[in-house]
Amino acid sequence: MNRVHRRTLVLVASLALLLGTVPAHGAADAAKPLEVYAAASLADAFNELGRLFEQRQPGIRVRFNFAGSQQLATQIEQGAAADVFASADERWMDYAKERGLVVGEPTLFVHNRLVVIVPKTNPARIGRLQDLAKGGIKLVLAADAVPVGRYSRTVIRNLSRIEGFPADYAPRTLKNVVSEEENVKSVVSKVQLGEADAGFVYRSDISPAIQRYVRLFEVPASANVVAAYPIARVKDARAPEAAKAFLDLVLSPEGQQVLERHGLMPLAANGP
Amino acid sequence: MTEAAIRSPRPSLARFGVLAASTLLLGFLALPFIGLLLRVSPGEVLARLARPVVIDALRLSFITSVAATAVVVVLGIPVAWLLATREFPGKRVVEVLVDLPMVLPPTVAGFALLMAFGRAGLGGRALAALGISLPFTTLGVVVAQVFMAVPFMVGPARASFASLDPKLLDAAATLRARETFTFFHVALPLAMPGLLAGVAMSGARSLGEFGATITFAGNLPGTTQTMPLAVYVALQSDLDAAVALSVLLLVMAFGLLLGLRSAPAGSFWGRRDARAQSR
Repeated sequence: MNRVHRRTLVLVASLALLLGTVPAHGAADAAKPLEVYAAASLADAFNELGRLFEQRQPGIRVRFNFAGSQQLATQIEQGAAADVFASADERWMDYAKERGLVVGEPTLFVHNRLVVIVPKTNPARIGRLQDLAKGGIKLVLAADAVPVGRYSRTVIRNLSRIEGFPADYAPRTLKNVVSEEENVKSVVSKVQLGEADAGFVYRSDISPAIQRYVRLFEVPASANVVAAYPIARVKDARAPEAAKAFLDLVLSPEGQQVLERHGLMPLAANGP
Repeated sequence: MTEAAIRSPRPSLARFGVLAASTLLLGFLALPFIGLLLRVSPGEVLARLARPVVIDALRLSFITSVAATAVVVVLGIPVAWLLATREFPGKRVVEVLVDLPMVLPPTVAGFALLMAFGRAGLGGRALAALGISLPFTTLGVVVAQVFMAVPFMVGPARASFASLDPKLLDAAATLRARETFTFFHVALPLAMPGLLAGVAMSGARSLGEFGATITFAGNLPGTTQTMPLAVYVALQSDLDAAVALSVLLLVMAFGLLLGLRSAPAGSFWGRRDARAQSR
């Protein structure tokens, strides 16, 4: 009996493995969740928008994939099942557009700006942005491929051109970089944990929960960048209707209010 | 019915099952590697490897994984000996502790390392007093690799020590050899194949370490960006470079494991020596 059982088991297991490769048909199309691929910096705001969306559109679940925009673009290129792509810069949206991964013209839906954060304990005693060029500061940026990483380097270069900053501010500050993180949230956590002395992040990353651990320095508007976030529907979207509804919500006054609550700058605030 | 089944066994069915499972599993394991190898030509791989970022990553990977393996060997073998030859209260806990890095997600390990050896961590303050800082340094990379590689050394080494013929060790003892002498001149040479397996496994694990490294030591070319980190970063902006690096890592890991497996067990210095000792 035992042996028979064992043999049956092996057979059933093999069959199951073989059959497992055949896609299951008949899954209800209506139950397909909306897959939103969004820049990591949008995580808090979009999570709230997602809850709002689910209230408005009963029966549709929203699933988010938050990561560096460069990662999301690559994932969509490799055939990930995304419906909506929201990038933290136009570079990666252009990348997606050039490869025919999105439909229609991407819409700019929100702006963001950079700030510098230091741990509440401020181990390096940073009192102003000029201090970032002091020797031995442990500065953490996002990698150059990440939108916020590129913006950070632009801001540092801009700062060395404005009054009150030494001309060699940029090279000296960049020499203090001890790590190039793969997304903005990793920069935040390195500072939040007190391992880094300072980091460049988006204003929108500083949620009330994080504000308990960090001190924030504003970057002068004359040196700051305005990060423009484009959003678009993905070409092979499996839930195109829901994707359109989500875009509408993001661009609606109510959606823009949610974004503003999370430290992002709605379009109207900036004017054309 | 049971009897009938036993009397007329159908080995073909069982054989089919084994064959089907093996084909599926081996195909599953090999296909990703084949895909990687087909994506670029060897010439392209070599061209990419000449880049400074890649050379930095290669050099760093080599230095850190050799250092980490050395630490794991020196500290791991005594622990393996202890676990193989002694019973003591709390041994279970020690065993679990040694195995833990193997099952822990590396990112969690990296985070735990920050809590312990980070600037604000438990032991970090003591290290800072000594002027040692681990996060964002090459030394931190080695620490992360050591942490993750320990079980891959201790496991095989312990099994190797445990399978030694106790009579040989007893014989040494009757000849009034001290334990230290027996360990170095009898146990170590006899256990050498298992120990070398441990060296190769822990070396390969150090070479491939990613999650704990990026979490604990960060990512900076030339300082903490080892090969796996360089692959990850390249994957986000320069797919071809990522493929080239991946192929190189694959070839290195494959060579390391294959080299160890095909080395004849008796060819190591330890064997002859051990026989001479045990006689």
